[in-house]
Amino acid sequence: MKLINKVFTGLAMTAMAAGAAQASTLDDVKAAGELKCVVTTGLAGFAAPNAAGKWEGFDVDFCRAVAAAVLGDGDKVKFVPSTGKTRFTLLNSGEGDILFRNTTETFSRDVDLKLTFLPVNYYDGQGFMVPTALGVASASELDGASVCIQTGTTTELNLADYFRSNGISYEPVPIETNEEAYTNYVAGRCDVYTTDASGLAATRAKFENPADHMVLPEIISKEPLGGAVRHGDDQWADIAKWVVNALIAAEEMGITSANVAELGAAAGNNPGINRMLGTEGSYGEMLGLDAAWAARAIAQGGNYGEIFDRNIGPDTPLGIARGLNAQWKDGGILYAAPLR
Amino acid sequence: MSNTNPLLKAWYDKETRSVIVQVIAMAVILGFFAYIINNAIINLATLGKDINFNFLWQPASYDINQHLIEYDSRSSHFTATVVGLINTVLIAIAGIILATILGFILGVMRLSNNWLTQKIAYVYIEFVRNVPVLIHILLVHGIMVNTLPRPKQSVNFGDTFFLNNRGFQSPSPDFQPLFWVVAGVFVGAIIFAFLFSRYAKKVQDETGKHYPVALINLFAIIVVPAIVYFLLGSPIAWEVPALKGFNFKGGMVIRPEFIALWLALSLYTAAFIGEIVRSGIMAVSHGQSEASHALGVSSGRTLSLVVIPQALRVIVPPLTSQYLNLTKNSSLAIAIGYMDVVATIGGISLNQTGREMECMMIVMAIYLTLSLLISSGMNWYNNRIKLVER
Repeated sequence: MKLINKVFTGLAMTAMAAGAAQASTLDDVKAAGELKCVVTTGLAGFAAPNAAGKWEGFDVDFCRAVAAAVLGDGDKVKFVPSTGKTRFTLLNSGEGDILFRNTTETFSRDVDLKLTFLPVNYYDGQGFMVPTALGVASASELDGASVCIQTGTTTELNLADYFRSNGISYEPVPIETNEEAYTNYVAGRCDVYTTDASGLAATRAKFENPADHMVLPEIISKEPLGGAVRHGDDQWADIAKWVVNALIAAEEMGITSANVAELGAAAGNNPGINRMLGTEGSYGEMLGLDAAWAARAIAQGGNYGEIFDRNIGPDTPLGIARGLNAQWKDGGILYAAPLR
Repeated sequence: MSNTNPLLKAWYDKETRSVIVQVIAMAVILGFFAYIINNAIINLATLGKDINFNFLWQPASYDINQHLIEYDSRSSHFTATVVGLINTVLIAIAGIILATILGFILGVMRLSNNWLTQKIAYVYIEFVRNVPVLIHILLVHGIMVNTLPRPKQSVNFGDTFFLNNRGFQSPSPDFQPLFWVVAGVFVGAIIFAFLFSRYAKKVQDETGKHYPVALINLFAIIVVPAIVYFLLGSPIAWEVPALKGFNFKGGMVIRPEFIALWLALSLYTAAFIGEIVRSGIMAVSHGQSEASHALGVSSGRTLSLVVIPQALRVIVPPLTSQYLNLTKNSSLAIAIGYMDVVATIGGISLNQTGREMECMMIVMAIYLTLSLLISSGMNWYNNRIKLVER
């Protein structure tokens, strides 16, 4: 018995040593020379490989910004595709260092799944898409409909709550990925497809004739989408958090990918810009990075507004208006904490 | 050249050596498992997670389209697990029945003297069993969803049954109190059939007199309850499905996900069972049926009394493993959204609660139990039919 105990203790020590070795994510990322970023398996506009096989999208640009701040090169990212079900396991098991996968921040994910959420980078809400030919104008008319839904997401719970509280019935048709949902919706297996409004816009953009499909006016939930990291590494969480904040604040201050090099060359008259670009103070050192961390992140893909417009904005196939995601000065609710 | 080291001496002794090797092998295996289990527990503890099954009593908060017991989004994760388990058992039983029937037909076709029949079975078996079962499932589901009409253009069978890409809609029974009399008669008939078989066998053993047991039992089990049913004025009210809004309301529906999974698993497993049946029948020496014919026994009775009992001894053990395969393959249901136990507790519940270890342990325990149940059932049957040596 004693021998077994000793063996177990020995094994436990080995395992703990292994656990302790992965304590600092920043050191691990620097040692590996690449940032492992958990993204979707493919959602147009948010994260999808382009024709040349290079990952592009809104979430992807945030991954690249973090990589640029930490490693100095936005291309040093290894993208880890994940389904709605595998994303947290991939992050928690260390297969990914950071998660940007249009993920809703919720209490149970934050507290029970042991995640640390980064500032919200996209305010979303769950909506419904139906074929225009169906003649439905409101979600309250959906009694008895078959609803395609991505399994393993918060949308599944919102849907159950919405139909229950409105006293109408439905048939849930659970689907594993966005592509399959598209196929089933087109084949008419379901009358309605429900997911976050941004995801609906992305799916609708894929149709030959998007006008044949409409997004219903009801938004049945709040979906603050943001990145996340593992619990327990506050330094890493701080880095990720402030990269996101810096990108949002950069838009507010008028720092763009075009003028960041010029503004960061020497201290100017605006102390806010100086602090962010490292020409004043030692904010980069406090994070464990160098002074130009934010400048590199902005130079990589531009500020928040540039990232939004390039991937999902009004001029893209997705055509999403800024809406809630405008700066607080412009009537939105984007409000980055001050960098001081 | 004598060696005095007792350890080496022991090593050169054949029996001692084999014991030593076994002890070392066992220690390595146990050590390996102890390491990975311990590692999992420690890593979970590092993340601040414990192993805890209390989440099972929290509301599941999601809906399941096919539930044979009472379930809604306020039911617990435990109820969701039971719903998933029932769906798994349902697909396993339905699949095993259909696969067995198709498999026996295929096996007999393979042995047919008719060139075309034999080749059809051959091509079917070779094609089907060499394509992964997941492809079959996706293919059948894709065909059903894409080629069947939408609800408004349903294929209509006399305004009672409807077929569309939302499934097969049929009337659902609403049992009146008098129905339970019919049910009682049915149960009584089964007991009668059982007793009568034993009596007939006894009479035959003693006197050689032969009763048409199958015919009489069939009459007792099917015709008698049917007569009682109609005499009592058909005590089942049928609720007929009707198109209302988006979908059919009322009645029962067999969803395309169930049909696709059922057909794909059955068609796939039937190809394997066909080959097992063929090998079983071929294992019975041809001389046996010739001898039976020489004694003047008819072809049908030769088959049922001489060939099949001996073939079954060869067929049943590999058949058991096909049944197990079918049951385990049913976990691919998640690919098309059939809510089996992997999709409920191992999928949505896991995802919403983040309790991966616990959920996976439950799923593994369920599959292990199902497999052991099937195995023990088939072993019991195998023992009954095995060759009794005198």
